[in-house]
Amino acid sequence: MEIKVLGTGCPNCLNLEKRVRKVVEDNSINAKITRVQEIMDIMVYKIMSIPALVVDEVVVSKGRIPSEKELLEFFTS
Amino acid sequence: MFDWLQHIADYLVLDIFGMDSTNHLAEALNFFIYDSIKILILLFIIVFFMGIINSYFPIERVKNYLSRNKLYGSEYLMASLFGTVTPFCSCSSVPLFIGFVSGGIPLGVTFAFLVTSPLVNEVAIGLFLGIFGFKTTAIYVVSGVLLGTLSGMILQTFKLEKYLSPWVKEILANAQKEQEKFIAEKQNFKKRLPIIWHEALKIIKGVLPYLLVGIAVGGLMHGYVPEGFFEQYMSKDNLFAVPISTILAVPMYSNASGVLPVVQVLVAKGVPLGTAIAFMMGVVGLSLPEAMLLKKVMTWKLISVFFGTVTICIIISGYLFNIIL
Repeated sequence: MEIKVLGTGCPNCLNLEKRVRKVVEDNSINAKITRVQEIMDIMVYKIMSIPALVVDEVVVSKGRIPSEKELLEFFTS
Repeated sequence: MFDWLQHIADYLVLDIFGMDSTNHLAEALNFFIYDSIKILILLFIIVFFMGIINSYFPIERVKNYLSRNKLYGSEYLMASLFGTVTPFCSCSSVPLFIGFVSGGIPLGVTFAFLVTSPLVNEVAIGLFLGIFGFKTTAIYVVSGVLLGTLSGMILQTFKLEKYLSPWVKEILANAQKEQEKFIAEKQNFKKRLPIIWHEALKIIKGVLPYLLVGIAVGGLMHGYVPEGFFEQYMSKDNLFAVPISTILAVPMYSNASGVLPVVQVLVAKGVPLGTAIAFMMGVVGLSLPEAMLLKKVMTWKLISVFFGTVTICIIISGYLFNIIL
């Protein structure tokens, strides 16, 4: 699975990345996590608020930091 | 409405802490407890209520609405109004800007949204209610919305598209009106409520430290700065007070929660409300960090025109406030 955290580097973006890594580690999910920082690359996903989360090229959340429970649902469903 | 809270504050300070009611510290502590709890309650109500609106009216829907409908000039007002219900994180200003522009929304309308969004939002409204009461809040909200509307209309007349960054111009050339209808997330209210509740709590948690420090600083200034201290520098007769405080405020950055408690004390100590609000709008609405973010999509020239226009509008509304109030 490929997980992308879209964010220019604001505190919320860093927090989202931290939480994503924690959920992935805690549940031993096999995933590649990358952070997309360049605004031009972020805009490819046509989102209007950051941080956003992309799982296998599908935007699953934007403009907020989902709870660990929600994240786990994104990664397992 | 908040009598019961005053009783609790009295009970805590006088009976639990056993302090003397004539004591200055007791008075300050009482003021601090009463004020923080009252403001927090009002803030939570507003944040939660706006959260519900926002859940049904997310930014994508706003964009589609502005992009698809012919609004005959009212689009500036609409964009500005939408700005008030959309929570604003300055780090999102660039994606937001691109999203609007790529939907074929005129630059001026986009600016109207960008100006109002940080100025009038759930946190600012909640705090204003808690600190200044209903009438001042209403005036603030109306003037914030008008400020965004007018700034947007003025900026549109300047034909600024050529001063966008090259990659944004390219997006602009390929811009198309949204055709697809916005597909709302199909969630019932019961499922949305916990998310809205958690978001509201998170927002309150985020502003709490600023708020408490602000109220504490306010309380200290309350006790130690003499009444009318600022009057000699910032009275209504001093014509330069409004522009100077606005221009000083523009490079500074703080969110509404940090600056409002301080503004409250300034007003209590004799600064005219218009001057204080102009200062606040300068701090919250425009800032150097925001300019740095916008640099990714605009040339310095466009940023200067944008900031200049909004600054002038803030100064004018500062004068207007001082005349009306």
